[in-house]
Amino acid sequence: MAKVIGQSIKRKEDPRLITGEAKFLDDIQLPGMAYVAILRSPYAHAKINGIDTSRAAALPGVIGVYTGKDFMDVNPMPCAWQAGGVKNNVNTPRVLEPEHVTWTGAGVACVVAEDRYTAEDALALIEVDWEPLDVVVDAKKATEAGAPQIHENAPNNVVMEWECGDAAAVDAAFKNAEVTIKQPLINQRLIPTPMETRGCAAMYLPHTGEYTVWMTSQAPHVMRLLMTAFVFGIPETKMRVISPQVGGGFGAKIFLYPEYCLMAALAKKTGRPVKWQETRSENYRATTHGRDHITELEVAAKKDGTVTGLRVHTYANLGGVLSSIAPGIPTTLYGRLLSGAYHIPHIYCKVWGVYTNTAMVDAYRGAGRPEATYVAERAMDLVAQATGVDPAEVRRVNFIQPSEFPYAPADNILAGLKYDSGNYEPALDRALEMAGYADFRKQQAEARKPPAAGGKQGKLLGVGLSSYIEICGVAPSAWIGLPGQGWGAGLWESANVRVHLTGKVVVTTGSQNHGQGHETTNAQVVAEELGVSVDDVIVQHSDTLGTPFGYGSYGSRSAAVGTVAVYNSLQRIKEKARKLGAHLLEAAEEDVVFEDGKVFVKGSPDKAKTIGDIAAQAALGYSLPRGMEPFLDDTAYYDPPNCTFPFGTHVCFVEVDAETGAVQVLRYVAVDDVGNVINPMIVDGQLHGGIVQGVGQALTEGAVYDENGQLLTGTMTEYAIPKASLMPKIEHERTVTPSPVNPLGIKGAGEAGTIASTPAVVNAVVDALSHLGVKHLDMPLTPQRVWMAMHKN
Amino acid sequence: MKQTVTITVNGVAHTREVEPRMLLAHFLRDTLGLTGTNIGCDSSQCGACAVHIDGTAVKSCTVLTVQADGSSVTTIEGLANGALHPMQQAFWDKHGLQCGFCTPGMIMASVDLLNRTPNPSEEDIRHGLDGNLCRCTGYQNIVASVQAAAEAMK
Repeated sequence: MAKVIGQSIKRKEDPRLITGEAKFLDDIQLPGMAYVAILRSPYAHAKINGIDTSRAAALPGVIGVYTGKDFMDVNPMPCAWQAGGVKNNVNTPRVLEPEHVTWTGAGVACVVAEDRYTAEDALALIEVDWEPLDVVVDAKKATEAGAPQIHENAPNNVVMEWECGDAAAVDAAFKNAEVTIKQPLINQRLIPTPMETRGCAAMYLPHTGEYTVWMTSQAPHVMRLLMTAFVFGIPETKMRVISPQVGGGFGAKIFLYPEYCLMAALAKKTGRPVKWQETRSENYRATTHGRDHITELEVAAKKDGTVTGLRVHTYANLGGVLSSIAPGIPTTLYGRLLSGAYHIPHIYCKVWGVYTNTAMVDAYRGAGRPEATYVAERAMDLVAQATGVDPAEVRRVNFIQPSEFPYAPADNILAGLKYDSGNYEPALDRALEMAGYADFRKQQAEARKPPAAGGKQGKLLGVGLSSYIEICGVAPSAWIGLPGQGWGAGLWESANVRVHLTGKVVVTTGSQNHGQGHETTNAQVVAEELGVSVDDVIVQHSDTLGTPFGYGSYGSRSAAVGTVAVYNSLQRIKEKARKLGAHLLEAAEEDVVFEDGKVFVKGSPDKAKTIGDIAAQAALGYSLPRGMEPFLDDTAYYDPPNCTFPFGTHVCFVEVDAETGAVQVLRYVAVDDVGNVINPMIVDGQLHGGIVQGVGQALTEGAVYDENGQLLTGTMTEYAIPKASLMPKIEHERTVTPSPVNPLGIKGAGEAGTIASTPAVVNAVVDALSHLGVKHLDMPLTPQRVWMAMHKN
Repeated sequence: MKQTVTITVNGVAHTREVEPRMLLAHFLRDTLGLTGTNIGCDSSQCGACAVHIDGTAVKSCTVLTVQADGSSVTTIEGLANGALHPMQQAFWDKHGLQCGFCTPGMIMASVDLLNRTPNPSEEDIRHGLDGNLCRCTGYQNIVASVQAAAEAMK
């Protein structure tokens, strides 16, 4: 039988999406539905002395106007992942802020109206008596003496101080180093920008006290848990949460936001189903941002390029209040990955999480790992520059060797885990070969000659490498929860598989599909294991009613954790089918096998029972072995023993216009190793999208606040996500190093592209300008910034 | 003061009283219930709301309903009656979508692109779709989809 795993099967979810039949949040319409608009703070830091809602309430069509004082019985949002092992000074948002706002965009009042236009009109009639306070937006400045103090419980605006590694060992490495490098790096603030903004609809049944809440969430089960247990203090059974079709997330839709709780509270208060759909301008101000690190990188090395020590100090901007898992991102998912693909003998990392008068910062595609990879990959190029060794060779001499796996990075920075598997050099070699790296160096040298000698004045060529690794399949509950990583729960995943009487298979998962193709990928695993058609499998998800609890989709974990739960469930289904098949064949259990969807006596495949035959008999229950329950049904909970660690090398070629500083990506070559692949088409698509998102950070994207805390990049006009013309076609290949962590050998692919591409582009641009004395440039590499660097010396 | 408009949408004439400020995107979605047209921004950047007005792709968040009075509008729901348009088929075949939110607008803009440029180069496609933003695909398979549709529509 043809294998189904490994095939580029067209996606099962696409017909509804290409025809407009899919129902996203804003497409939900309930009888009697009212619309909500939210008044947001125009000040980054202010006290609220009073709010007059009377004029707004009097507008025809307005059902109610509410402020934070109306919801003092609703608890603030929880912070579910506090940095492990240290004190966290926690301040989180309320559904509407009653007294004190610490960022522009914080909700302070809301209007419920008969239609969305009236709700917006009424916002303009709400009068707030503001008392503006001093503002700080820069994370490092916020910790300095004399900075405005944002929260009473956070002296110097510090959320937490966290460290990993061995400071004394690193000090010794620097003392003995042949080469030392010090480089400040800024990993700028980004706005995630899923094409669908956030939204929420809620309904409340007063006689039963039951809520139904539709929300744009990557983790509906966790949302229900947090809302019921922490925010409302009601039984978990009194709420159903549904994520309808979700239009992208990139991390920003993981978190419990005030607006979701506000909608549930308003549904109860007004007795009407309510809906709020964020505008894009609201999204840019009020949805979480990503990255925003100020880092000082120090590298100790030998003259041959061998790195002997890494010291990293980072100020991580966490915003005016903490989002759901904010402190976990620049700690567990950042400091612990700083060794990258390299055998670095000693590492020390210290992180200050800092409050500033800006929007909340939390996980954004890659979440901590792009920031760590940026540090590691810039470090490799800085060592190359300082030693004169080629950047490819610097990577090669520092690579962890295949014989070293499973590999524990130095000084226990990974807190007990080990890299699962890897073979880094073949991916580097293949990428260099595909790229024609050696030839490009010759072209670059030619281009740099004076025009009289045939030089290409006006166009500067550069090449950049990135030999990344990342942490995927984020789980081991016993690692992430205890000891001291700070995530206040487990991180396993769940699946239920049922084979119905007709032979059709229903899979329910706790994972949440918002573009990744889970419905297809999981169906392929079912088809492979049970020998049924992919068309005969339906994968249901994203509704707390009817799916088992799961932690949701983020951290490239849905295949490496969620799909493995499906696989494990299928193994038990197959074993039961084999036993029932033996009974139906009137053969001894030990004599029958399950192969290619059929049960037969070993050596007699012509007299076989198909999974369909067996499922029908299991469902009918007329003839079951003594003691066997009817039906083929199994639920699995999978908690992996380790994370997975994909890797690869990306090569980027750029041309910089000497007149304007504009950067053009000429070619982009990627060789990735994400372990075994279930659907190559889907994995390639994830990598394409990830790469371009990372190139966006390198070249065009950056959220900018002015000194008053006003977001200057508040719409898509100012915040430049990549367009189709930004990039040429990506050239890519794979190496395959299966993960030993799970039975499918898969590692995860959702974030790899984003993690790899940003440093590849920056390294390329710095390389293009290296003969001008440029050693580093902070992102985004806009023409202005590049031009300034070219003309500085 | 509401105004009366008559707009033919996907071949059916609709006469409605609308506020002069009502956006066409909201008329299609909220008044007619044609929710296939998505709204992704509020500054005419993203193109998720693209529809055809009298055969030309237009961002429906940038058009007032009253401006469309008397015109013929095609949305994603009306692009192909019952079957799939070759562009829809190509997006499915070539994995030209992931989350699918930008997809209706992307397909409508791509159909218009091929109407104007039946044999586009890769560069024509990339520049021709600059008014439609996608955050998932990196555009690579969208370009491949449009190329496949161009072949199929020859």
